[in-house]
Amino acid sequence: MRRRQVIALLALVGFCIALYLWFYKIGVIGKLQCGSGSCEYVQTSRYGALFGVPVALYGVAGYAVIFAVAMVGLQPSQLARRWPTTALALLSAGGFLFTLYLTGIELFVLHAICRWCVGSAVVMSAIAAVAVEGAVRRR
Amino acid sequence: MKPFYLLLVLVAVVAGVLMWRASQNSGGDVSAAAADVPGIVTAADSAFQGYVLGSATAPVEVVEYADFQCPHCGEFANVQFPTIKDQLISTGRLRWRFRDYPLGSFPWSRIAALAGQCAGEQGKFWEMEDALFQHQSDWGMSRGNPTSAFRDLARGIGVDVDKYNACMDSQRYAGRIEASHREGSARGVTGTPTFYANGRELDNTRFGNSDAFKNLVDSLTGKVRH
Repeated sequence: MRRRQVIALLALVGFCIALYLWFYKIGVIGKLQCGSGSCEYVQTSRYGALFGVPVALYGVAGYAVIFAVAMVGLQPSQLARRWPTTALALLSAGGFLFTLYLTGIELFVLHAICRWCVGSAVVMSAIAAVAVEGAVRRR
Repeated sequence: MKPFYLLLVLVAVVAGVLMWRASQNSGGDVSAAAADVPGIVTAADSAFQGYVLGSATAPVEVVEYADFQCPHCGEFANVQFPTIKDQLISTGRLRWRFRDYPLGSFPWSRIAALAGQCAGEQGKFWEMEDALFQHQSDWGMSRGNPTSAFRDLARGIGVDVDKYNACMDSQRYAGRIEASHREGSARGVTGTPTFYANGRELDNTRFGNSDAFKNLVDSLTGKVRH
């Protein structure tokens, strides 16, 4: 139960970061609070969208799904079930790989780091670590 | 269980407040320069359809929505556009139309656009566009208003500086820039650079290089190589 709580909490933090970046992308927020300015470079680059959809929106959707699964898994009727553990491990592993791809683009293609993206990467990595460790333990 | 739900609510509330504050501060003090304020749009402003490079009879027209301070626009202008100009525009196969789309996320975008328009008033838009993008990394990092840097660039391309200064002071093209921005937004532009070829939006993940434009022109003019 504790793991699912931690995952839900982290997913909510990640969701807020992704929502902030998406709001920037669609013009609700005019300027990112970034410090270095690289956030805007990364967000307005061609890699800020994938298949015509802002990358941040994938983050919003991904974190929302992880949060929802974790919350469902916390319901008393689901606590002993194994499927939420497996689903969280798979979802977060996918999210982690996507994060690796995005971080690679920042480091090796754009040569710029967006602090909010790093924050999201840390959150997603933590979720993946907790979720995968939980799935391995339950085997 | 209760502290956990309280924690979730706390995170959501804090994030919500921070985002609301960020949205309220979207203008920011970096936009304090008068030239950074969107101008009032007149019918003449809306009628202006951007600066055009290339033959009026070219079979393909690309409209580019760009922000002079956007790094990716700068990279495109400095690395890819010279080749496009040499191979496609100069040969009469492609016509290029530049539209201002200041993003609002960079402090000097509108002032730079104004500098471009004021040089354009003297028939030097493309020279100024080139100069602004080539020196983007210099003035783009400026903490203070880069108007004097723009003036130096304008002088360097041979505009009449007195007329240029009068134009900048009057901000008479602020409305034109705003009209261009509104037109872009109405077409669905959200980032820069965004390209349209003969009215069709191009996927900017593929059209960041000159080869893609060459292939596009080939395909639109029936010269597809297999």
